[in-house]
Amino acid sequence: MIYASMSEWFGRVGNFGLTLLIVTVYGLLVGALIERIIAKVQGRVGIPYSQPFINIAKTFFKRTAVSHGIMFYLGPVFRIAGGIGTLAFIPVIYGSEMFSNFSMAGDLFLVIYFMFFGQLGMALGAGESGHPYSAIGIARGLSQMTAYEVPFALAVISIVIQYDTLSITEIVAAQQGGWQNWTVITNWVATLAAMLAFLGMTGYSPFDIFLAPQEIPIGPPTEFHSAYLSFLQINRALFGATKLVLFMNLFFGGATGWVELMIKTLLIYMVAIVVGVAFPRFRVDQGIRFFFKIPTLIGIMSIVYVQMVLA
Amino acid sequence: MNTLLDRLATDFGIYDISDRKPAITTLKVEKQQAERLIRELRDREGYTHLNFITCIDYIEQGIFTLVYMLHNYGDKSTLGVEVDIDRENAEMTSIHTLWAQAWTYQRELREMFGINFPGSPRQEEDFCLEGWDDIPPMRREFNTKTYSTETFGHREGRVSEDPREHMKAQLYPTRGGDN
Amino acid sequence: MSKDRSSKNTMENSGLSADEQLLFCNARPEPYKPYSIKAVEDFANWARANSLWILAFGTGCCSIELRPLMTARFDISRFGIAGRPTPRQSSVFIIGGYVSVKTLKRIIRSYEQMQGPKFIIALGSCPANGGMYFDSYNTINQFDLYLPVDMYVTGCMPRPEALLAAIMELKEDIKVGNCDGANRYVENLDWYKANQKKVIKNWDMPDYNW
Ligand code: SF4
Repeated sequence: MIYASMSEWFGRVGNFGLTLLIVTVYGLLVGALIERIIAKVQGRVGIPYSQPFINIAKTFFKRTAVSHGIMFYLGPVFRIAGGIGTLAFIPVIYGSEMFSNFSMAGDLFLVIYFMFFGQLGMALGAGESGHPYSAIGIARGLSQMTAYEVPFALAVISIVIQYDTLSITEIVAAQQGGWQNWTVITNWVATLAAMLAFLGMTGYSPFDIFLAPQEIPIGPPTEFHSAYLSFLQINRALFGATKLVLFMNLFFGGATGWVELMIKTLLIYMVAIVVGVAFPRFRVDQGIRFFFKIPTLIGIMSIVYVQMVLA
Repeated sequence: MNTLLDRLATDFGIYDISDRKPAITTLKVEKQQAERLIRELRDREGYTHLNFITCIDYIEQGIFTLVYMLHNYGDKSTLGVEVDIDRENAEMTSIHTLWAQAWTYQRELREMFGINFPGSPRQEEDFCLEGWDDIPPMRREFNTKTYSTETFGHREGRVSEDPREHMKAQLYPTRGGDN
Repeated sequence: MSKDRSSKNTMENSGLSADEQLLFCNARPEPYKPYSIKAVEDFANWARANSLWILAFGTGCCSIELRPLMTARFDISRFGIAGRPTPRQSSVFIIGGYVSVKTLKRIIRSYEQMQGPKFIIALGSCPANGGMYFDSYNTINQFDLYLPVDMYVTGCMPRPEALLAAIMELKEDIKVGNCDGANRYVENLDWYKANQKKVIKNWDMPDYNW
């Protein structure tokens, strides 16, 4: 992509900063909202909406921070770089020059790469902390990630074949003009595979074994504290919201305005929540087997479907 | 049950048989016979479950009484095998070869009462008390109040009341603490 | 933390063998100063008070009182309080009742691993004066000899309301900035360590668990 001038480049960076801010705040608010909904289900009041922000401020203002070495610093940095990098190449609002970020011809693959870059960085950082539970959490998290990657990658390949493009903007563009053009209708097989993978991605029950607060004290981030933790908290919100935006773009027709984006992403998120409150936790071997069976089959079917039916 | 006890009386010389509860019987046996008796009960008579091993300190008579509580799942009866051992240089045959979990009990008995079980695994290790350097705390000559005050101190202002008198005075102040 | 083993500001770590000494940091902790700008410090205190994370470590029977607080009847998440499974991330340590010597060792380790500012609420009569275990050979009688306590709740066991009231009071204290147990601990470290070592006879851990 060639920029006409320096000022245009700065403008784009500024716009991206704005997007970043909105998406992060939105992610934090959605997190609080979900907490409150779960609390209501349990007959409680739940946390105030401001709680995630206070938590971040608190962890940031901790007075001490113990380090475990250079990779330990870099873990959260890689993680948040993964989050920002993912968002940077996703067009957030369709048709808006301001909020399409740095999206370009091959951005879909870049995004998928960035989604896993953060996890790997985190694995390195948490490994450096030397805590045995971190190592267990990482082993579980990465093996689960390998498993849900398969149906997700198959679904993405399927829609890449369907729309014959690697650009998210073009994929969204192809879905415009009414809900009957959304991927969820035109290629429901791929959507199904991707939504199953999405359950694993969000880390809610039944696929939350790698966090397991009671058994392996919250897994990979066990040793992270103070400002490191506030980075992770921010990234959790940012990355969660980014994933939702990506799914919305790929399968649910994208959004032309912030309100549409919020409604759609919230509904997508609800899928994971509803499954989460209804099902107990899988063990890691069960989770992996699950992803390698039906979702993978559906993923393969979606490619066949695209080739036979849609072609 | 009675035929069993009769046979054990002739074979092992058990004595002091008493029915504590409908399904709990205790009997006493000499220290030398104890391991053989327990083995026999486990292998022949169906007392396959070791409930617990515990110890009673009869300081006046200078003995420890070890109690092996065995359970029979067949007729749901429980048998307590009691063994008197000397308080000085207390020592007893280890039964960890019969039940693997017995060594945990034996470790505890060693720590709390100072009873030796030669051959029992990990006898020398700390069990509950880490770095204990006094006489074993469950022996009755050990004064736990004195130890506690000496080691952990006494919070100024703490008073102990007799609960009965105290509550009387609280509830019926007009009657001078007398109901 | 500085890995410099020769400087004056180090702990002895005499409980460890020569090999183990190399594995642990031996720096002496230092009291931390508040932010020099008052508005920043006030904001930080406000945030700390409104986001108290409790270490999920129940030491005695009183800690059973923590469960009702989490559930529908009392629901402390309303006040920004949550449980945390790891000491690194938590800021409040609730000593839930009697403390045996063996537990005390673990409590000290966990407390020292928490990141400041950190607060201790001692729950029940047992940590205060020994409670009904005042004559036990195995439970300590005065918890504040070993670690700095910010708030006591008496009772055997105290009702959840009492604990809730204590947490509320702790919040007020944090907001005005006079809950500095962690600093007190570091300033009087030698006194605390002497007391701790008097009862923990097999001291086989570093003098300060970073
Ligand atoms: S104060 Fe009472 S309830 Fe609490 S730990 Fe002590 S004995 Fe148990």
